[in-house]
Amino acid sequence: MTTPDPRAALETVWRMEYPRIVATLARLVRDVGLAEELAQDTLVIALEQWPVTGVPAHPASWLTATAKHKAVDLLRRRSAYAAKLAEVGRSVSEVEDRDLAAELDDYVGDDMLRLIFTTCHPVLPVPSRVALTLRLLGGLSTAEIARAYLVSEATVSQRILRAKRTLAERRVPIELPPPAQASERLASVLEVVYLIFNEGYAATAGEDWTRPALCVEAMRLGRVLAGLAPAEPEVHGLVALMELQASRLPARIGPGGAPILLQDQDRRRWDRLLIRRGLAALDRAGATLGPYALQAAIAACHARAASPQDTDWARIAGLYGVLAVVSPSPVVELNRAVAVGHAHGPAAALAIVEGLELPGYALLPAVRGDLLEKLGRVAEAREAFAHAAALTHNARERDLFLARAADAGAGSTSDPAPSSGNAVVTSEPRLTDPA
Amino acid sequence: MRYLLLLKSERPAGPPPAELMEAIMNLGAEAAASGALLDTAGLEPSANGARVALHGGALSVTDGPFAEAKETISYALYEVRSKEEAVEWASRFLALHRDLWPGWVGETEVLKVF
Repeated sequence: MTTPDPRAALETVWRMEYPRIVATLARLVRDVGLAEELAQDTLVIALEQWPVTGVPAHPASWLTATAKHKAVDLLRRRSAYAAKLAEVGRSVSEVEDRDLAAELDDYVGDDMLRLIFTTCHPVLPVPSRVALTLRLLGGLSTAEIARAYLVSEATVSQRILRAKRTLAERRVPIELPPPAQASERLASVLEVVYLIFNEGYAATAGEDWTRPALCVEAMRLGRVLAGLAPAEPEVHGLVALMELQASRLPARIGPGGAPILLQDQDRRRWDRLLIRRGLAALDRAGATLGPYALQAAIAACHARAASPQDTDWARIAGLYGVLAVVSPSPVVELNRAVAVGHAHGPAAALAIVEGLELPGYALLPAVRGDLLEKLGRVAEAREAFAHAAALTHNARERDLFLARAADAGAGSTSDPAPSSGNAVVTSEPRLTDPA
Repeated sequence: MRYLLLLKSERPAGPPPAELMEAIMNLGAEAAASGALLDTAGLEPSANGARVALHGGALSVTDGPFAEAKETISYALYEVRSKEEAVEWASRFLALHRDLWPGWVGETEVLKVF
């Protein structure tokens, strides 16, 4: 039998509690950078004390209480200083009249919500929102974020540092957004979470087609958000979308890391728990579906289909039609085209695709190639797949497109029916526009 | 990574203190809100269950209760970043029993889901 090593215990609890601690501190000291510094001070105190005193009976509460003490100390020093300034007749505009005791008891959930609205604030560039959210709300280290995004640790540190500076300089208040901005600000939060998920689900760069750890982080953030803002239908829509898509992760990668597309996946490997949770979350998203819930509803069509042949493509095409109205984008149209192709044939789909312009977006020529091949226009199909291969930055995807270019026409001459074995695009919802 | 936590204990004579049940509900809500808890439920006594076995090529079904001194009384499925985090959630759960149900003896198996 072993008792926990205090340092190891601290490392674990610290990682788990970090977001809540920073959120509480940020509310108290009203500055994200300062909150992070005080959190570090708290960690140092624990590192000094736990090896001597042993792990406290309630480690999480101990950390939270210690962090709050640090914040109160700081605020008292500040107000004492401000009072001294007042005594000597200087400006007292900075003197704060606050009920610290009441603030200390505030519900931590609201702190988390305030913090995520701050880290996803529109004054920050999107990559900074992502990095700061993963750092503060996800509790990831800069090294972990750098590894996940295939950039240097220095880049991530700089992003986070600049983001904190911008928040301070622009005096962004750590608060829930005013009602007039509520929906736009929530959209920014959801976008950041979904960007994190998508980078894990369909990596835009690097050797691996997926990075499941990022998906797991995004789903965690989504669940946290659903707990904090249960009245927001799109939060549930986003959670549903992520869980339904992630349910296919175990089946999406073949031996050697090659991507396996939706219609070729062994559906017995889909994660039933995530499907069940995703469908339940979709129910909670209510009746009027927003963009995320619509995409989740599309993913649900796949999740419910026991085999590719059972897929309700007409419903999927219809849902994409609604999505194209609610959230118009060429990427949505491209996905609608794929669904239309399955429901009504390649000619109808190609008519949609030929009207689309998505410069630099590899999936457009890939879909075009697939449809052209199904229509027996083999030479054009090859050209389209080669174009797709030249555009993608993902090595696995490039291999796939090159293989399609080489194989184009091989099966379709003897079997003019749409091949279900090797289509390129799966009509997996992907709202994100190409960068 | 996922971990299945199986809580085992001797069947106590009386019902658990109301305070403990309240604390367990709060901890469950906290674990769900933090995005870690995927699923959990209590389990009825094995007297209401059965055991299906394969021995020497023969299937057999035996109704509960099982002979073991300890029964599995609940399960929880967590999505966490390390075994240590799963252990921490298990520890928090047992700490509630320590604080609110004197004399209770039990253990949690922390098993990684493949």
